[in-house]
Amino acid sequence: MRPLAALSTLLIGTALALVFFYAPNDADQGFVQKIFYIHVPLAITALVGFVAAGVMAIMHLRTRDDAWDARSYVAIHLGVIFGVGVLATGAIWARASWGKWWVWDEPTLVSFLIVFLLYATYYPLRYSIEDPERRARYSSVFAITAGAFVPINFLAVRMAESLVHPRVLNQTAGDMPGEMRLTFLVALAGIALLYVTLMKVELTSKHARGQIRRLRRLLEEDERPAAGAAGPTVASVPARPTL
Amino acid sequence: MSAVWAIARKDLLVELRTKESVPAMALFAVTTFVLFHFGLDRDRLEGDLAAGVLWVTLLFAAILGINRLFVAEREQAGFDGILLAPIDRSSLLLAKALALLVYLVALETIALPVFALFFIETGFWSALPRLAAVTLLADIGICVLGALLASIAVHTRARDLLLPILLLPLAVPAIIAAASASEKLLSVPMETGGVAKWMAVLALYDAVFGLIAYALFDFLMED
Repeated sequence: MRPLAALSTLLIGTALALVFFYAPNDADQGFVQKIFYIHVPLAITALVGFVAAGVMAIMHLRTRDDAWDARSYVAIHLGVIFGVGVLATGAIWARASWGKWWVWDEPTLVSFLIVFLLYATYYPLRYSIEDPERRARYSSVFAITAGAFVPINFLAVRMAESLVHPRVLNQTAGDMPGEMRLTFLVALAGIALLYVTLMKVELTSKHARGQIRRLRRLLEEDERPAAGAAGPTVASVPARPTL
Repeated sequence: MSAVWAIARKDLLVELRTKESVPAMALFAVTTFVLFHFGLDRDRLEGDLAAGVLWVTLLFAAILGINRLFVAEREQAGFDGILLAPIDRSSLLLAKALALLVYLVALETIALPVFALFFIETGFWSALPRLAAVTLLADIGICVLGALLASIAVHTRARDLLLPILLLPLAVPAIIAAASASEKLLSVPMETGGVAKWMAVLALYDAVFGLIAYALFDFLMED
C-alpha cells in the first residue's frame, strides 16, 4: 500500500506542477480554466467508480462473497466523497466563468448532481437493514440498478439541454492542445490512483476491524468458563464485521 | 403467468373492496393542483409550466400508492406465502407492477380531466391521445421501478421514508422525457415535433429498468 500512496502523491504533485507551470492559460477563460484539471478527473473517477461498484455488486450476487460487497460499498463511498469535490469545484468554475454558483445549462454537471443525489441514498438504505447478509444483497441490487442508471441519466439530461442551449464547454481530451492534454492525463492518472489507494486503505481498515472483532469474541469465549455467567454478552456480539 | 394474474387480481380485488390507495392518490393529486394554483398564482397554464405541474403531481401521487404496495404482504406474511408457493418469484414483481399500473391509469383518468378543467384553456382534447400515450409509457417505467424499490424499502427499517428518496432520482430521466413531450403537447398551439423522440426515450427507459428489475428481483426474495 505504501508504494501506491507514494506513487499517487508523486503523480498528483507532478500534475499540480504541470497545471501551474507548464499548461498554458486557456485563451477564452484564462487562469480559472485550470480548475478543469482537478474537476474533470474527479468526475471521471467518481463515475467510473460508481459503475465499477455495480460490477462488484454483480460479483457479490454471483459469488455471495462478502469481500465483493465490501468493495462495492467502498467504491460507492469514495465516489460520493469525490462527488462532493466535483460539485464544489464545478460550482467554483461556474462562478468564475458565468458569475453564478450554479448553472442549469451545463448538462454534465446537472447529470452529476442527479447521480450524486441517487448515490447519497445508498447510506440510509444500507444502514436501515440490520441483517448483514440481507444488507449486502439489497445494497448490491441498489448498486447494480444505480450503475445502469448513470448512462441513461446522462443521455436524458444531455438531450433535454441540447435542444435549447449549445454546449458551452466542449473540451475533451480529443481537441486540446498537447500541453493541456498531457497535464490533463497526468492529473487523471493521479486522481484515479488516489481513488485506488484510498479504496485499499479503507478495505484494509475494514478487514482489520473485522479481524479484531473476531479475535475479541474468541478471547471472551475463552474467558467465559473462568468468569462464570458471561453468556448473554457474548451472544450479542455480531458474528460478522458490520460495514 | 397464471400466478401473475392471480396475485394482481387479488391486489385489485382488495383495492376495489377497501378503496385504500386510488381514492387517496386522486384526492392528493387534485389537492396538489389547487396548491399549485395558489403557489404559482396562475389561473391557466400552458407549455412547460403545465407539463411540470402535471408530472410532479402525478409522480408524487404515484409514490403514495407505491408505498402501500407491499404493506399487506409484510403485515400478513404474504412474502412467506409466495416463497412457499411453487411459482417463479418474479411473478410477484410483475403482478405488483401490473396492479400499480392499473392504479396509475385509474388515477390519471381522474387527474387529467381535473387538470384540464382547472388549468387548460384550449386544445386539451386534441392533445389527449398523444398525451395518454406518453403518460402510459411513463407509467410503465414508474411501475416496474416502483415495484422493485418498494420491495427493497419494505424490508428496511426506514421503509416509507426510504422509498421516495430512492425513487425520485431514478425517476428523473422518465420525468425529463415525459415533461418534455407534454410541454410540446400542452403548448398553444400544440406542437408534435420531437414528441416521438421523447417517447422513444421513455420506451428505452422502460425496457432497461424492466429488464434490471426482472433480473434482480429474485435476489430480494431469498428469505
